[in-house]
Amino acid sequence: MLGYIIRRILFAIPIAIGVSIVCFSLVYLAPGDPLQTVLPPDATAETIAIVKHAYGFDRPIPVQYAIWLWHVVQGDFGRSIATQRPVTLEVFGSVANTAMLGLFSVPISFALGFGMGAVAGCFPGRMIDRIVTGAAVIGVSLPNYWLGLVLVILFAVEYMILPASGMGQTGSANFNLFHWSDAQFLVLPVVTLTMIPIGIIARTTRAAVAEVRSQDFVTTLRAMGLGEGAVIRHVLKNASPQVLAVMGLQFGYLMGGSILVETVFTWPGSGFLLNKAIINRDIPVLQGTILALSLIFVATNLVVDLLQALFDPRIRRS
Amino acid sequence: MSEQAILPVDAAPEVEVEGAPATRVRSYWQSVLYRLRHDWITMVFGAIVLAIILIAIAAPLIAPFDPYQQSIIGRLKPFGWRGHPWGTDELGRDMMSRLIYGGRISLLMGLAPVLVATIIGGALGVIGGFAGRIVNTAIMRTMDVFYAFPSVLLAVAISGAMGGGVFTGIISLSLVFIPAMCRIAETATAQIKILDYIEAARASGAGTLTIVRHHVLGNVLGPVFIYASSLVSVSILLASGLSFLGLGVQPPEPDWGLMLSTLRQSLYVDPLGCAMPGVAIFVTSICFNLVSDGVRSAMDVRE
Amino acid sequence: MTYVDTRDRGGAAQPMLIARSLQRHFHVKDAVVRAVDGVSFTLYKGETLGVVGESGCGKSTLARLLLHLVVPDKGELIFDGDTVGEAINTADLRRQVQMVFQDSYSSLNPRMPVQDSVAFGPMVQGRKKSEARSIAQDILIKVGLRPDLFGPRYPHELSGGQKQRVNIARALAVGPRMVILDEAVSALDKSVEAQVLNLLRQLKRTLNLTYLFISHDLNVVRYISDRVLVMYLGQVVELGPAAEVFAGARHPYTQALLGSRLSMDASRRIESPPLVGDPPSPINPPSGCRFRTRCPHAEDVCAAKMPALEHWEDRASHVAACHMTTAGSGHSLAGTV
Repeated sequence: MLGYIIRRILFAIPIAIGVSIVCFSLVYLAPGDPLQTVLPPDATAETIAIVKHAYGFDRPIPVQYAIWLWHVVQGDFGRSIATQRPVTLEVFGSVANTAMLGLFSVPISFALGFGMGAVAGCFPGRMIDRIVTGAAVIGVSLPNYWLGLVLVILFAVEYMILPASGMGQTGSANFNLFHWSDAQFLVLPVVTLTMIPIGIIARTTRAAVAEVRSQDFVTTLRAMGLGEGAVIRHVLKNASPQVLAVMGLQFGYLMGGSILVETVFTWPGSGFLLNKAIINRDIPVLQGTILALSLIFVATNLVVDLLQALFDPRIRRS
Repeated sequence: MSEQAILPVDAAPEVEVEGAPATRVRSYWQSVLYRLRHDWITMVFGAIVLAIILIAIAAPLIAPFDPYQQSIIGRLKPFGWRGHPWGTDELGRDMMSRLIYGGRISLLMGLAPVLVATIIGGALGVIGGFAGRIVNTAIMRTMDVFYAFPSVLLAVAISGAMGGGVFTGIISLSLVFIPAMCRIAETATAQIKILDYIEAARASGAGTLTIVRHHVLGNVLGPVFIYASSLVSVSILLASGLSFLGLGVQPPEPDWGLMLSTLRQSLYVDPLGCAMPGVAIFVTSICFNLVSDGVRSAMDVRE
Repeated sequence: MTYVDTRDRGGAAQPMLIARSLQRHFHVKDAVVRAVDGVSFTLYKGETLGVVGESGCGKSTLARLLLHLVVPDKGELIFDGDTVGEAINTADLRRQVQMVFQDSYSSLNPRMPVQDSVAFGPMVQGRKKSEARSIAQDILIKVGLRPDLFGPRYPHELSGGQKQRVNIARALAVGPRMVILDEAVSALDKSVEAQVLNLLRQLKRTLNLTYLFISHDLNVVRYISDRVLVMYLGQVVELGPAAEVFAGARHPYTQALLGSRLSMDASRRIESPPLVGDPPSPINPPSGCRFRTRCPHAEDVCAAKMPALEHWEDRASHVAACHMTTAGSGHSLAGTV
């Protein structure tokens, strides 16, 4: 087991490095000179040369990458071109806000998705199964930003029970989770965010549970006299690895996909920050945000793989 | 078993006639079509998908108005106003025409990346499956790096960095799907590679390329096609998401995601009109989803 | 009907195949699987050599070594006087030697009609498509399947016996002189097995073939083989004419194998099994004689020294690799068996 853990962690390191290379090269995908993003259009040739040297753009690319990486490892992501504040501050602040959304969306979507899928898997072909499967297909086909809009229309425009956008009455800085006046801003974004994961997790759980139930060992358990409740526990335990894998992916989706929902609700999270960075062509913030989010995703996948090994002894032994 | 044979040793083997199967000869693909034809859900939604595509292609013939024609007085008008069946948008353009024309770009940005990813990812996967350990590791580890990004994030990052537009949107979405496609193809190839008939083909003297052409491709195509068909609805959602963020086509071009974004500002004035492009996206996506599920059931049968 | 193959080089006196000290080890994680460890034998033209052994003894690996589907680490292979790898290359070897696989669900491409599977070999070896197709149809007739009825069929539409005939046809389509049959009838029902075995015997005569017949089923091997080779853990333990080996085996392992066959005769009831325990794994074989851990006659010399296969001269020789058979080996029963 320990060997598997170490190997898996070691495996994540080159991936993280690869991720950083991709993030770094984003700058060079941009059409035109990367320098254009930091300089006013009427800069003189002298200014250009000085700034070029200051930013290190006159060095060969691998060297630039090494310098950038060195800064990143020390926690220095550079400064935002738009606000001149350190990128780290901006990124961590916004990631915290996205995490708040995630704090509620993740448990809800996992619990509901898993529960619905398990029930559907235990009664395949019956009405409950059809309902869950239908709901899952709908959930998977929904554009989540559109769902957000529809919810806003229903609850904020037509019936005016919930706020349409923003984070908190007085802005995100003073957000107090424990007061309804602030917390109500969470409701619609969270509901929107959970729709697609619920669909995907329910679908996967249903398939996994149905498949495990059809295996011979389940029949054997029943023949030995085990009650249905205990049988279901065994089934769920065996179905868990597949479901865990999907849950890990959905966690990544919640982080990466939040950009759309946050834009709809003007929630000042990492996705919203990313959106602003793209509009402003603020490359340091763009790089920093993507790097942070991707590395979190890599770490999540690592944890999911380790959890899977915990549940499925076959993986540990391989 | 004793020394006695069932047949005397010298007898010629009987040419077998009675054992011949009575059913019609049907190839695998023919049986897939047969099963599809009898799956009414897939047929119905497949017809809808076809209709959507045809409508988008035939837009100039079908659309009642010019999708670019603005009208200052006719903004955000309800259904049926002065002959506009579905009302007008925030610049007075006919909603129905915008939606019909919008389908073209939305479908293009949805289907093209899947096609590109299938070809490139599929090829890389088969190569990786058959190549030696070094090439295989190089390909699969590179795929792992791209796989480490959440899809929306990667698409937004690449599109955002490259500056938006339909072409960059297709490129970034293709890059999102290639790793998954490559994995599917590589897994399928690795599973087929160890089967007996591949070994028999090698024993017959066939080289790797011949084996791939005759034996591997036909059998890999199944899982690859199934996965690709399930990617289409995801691609449509992602593509319209990119447009919603302004990374797709630019105004005044009609596109469902872009329309959602621009109509959003009129949320309080005309909530219904605002939601309509989303209906188009949703309907298209769910139809493709149901069709791909049906195709998977038809193709996934163990014979 | 005599049939002289134009590719024949040495005539009847020259063996079809000589295997010398073939070795193949597989490296799995940190262990070494010694699948084939120093196997030598001679296969004469026109005979059927049966290869018997339990799972893990290396017979399937041996089969693949003979076709260079797996390349041997050490040892040489001489086909009709030509050393494989020097005087004759792998491609040419595969024009003259072919293999029939066990009928698993994966022995035929499920997406290819049967006649295409059979025609694949000739096509790959240079024939035109139409020519390959007619060769395939011709061969299908020879194995007892009507080409117009069975040619366009897919494998899933055929029964086990029919699929195996197709496997045989596929191997014969290339026109080989020698055929290796790897568990070719093991997956078939008994009655079908009989038909296929008879077909094989008939084909051998009409097409002037030489067979290497691998099986774990002793009765089948006895029915079809002229000589028998017994393998244990990657090595040859006994070799000789089939009738002699089955009537009077010299190696304790062969004796135990033969004694394990159940009989309908009540007077030959066995009280206790002749072989105890599972066969050891080829990853860490016992020192010296590999069978000593299960042998009732094992002594110290068996652990110290590996017994070599006795020297054999011709096809009538019956030899075993056991200290008891060799006089002066140090075993208390040496020279008495």
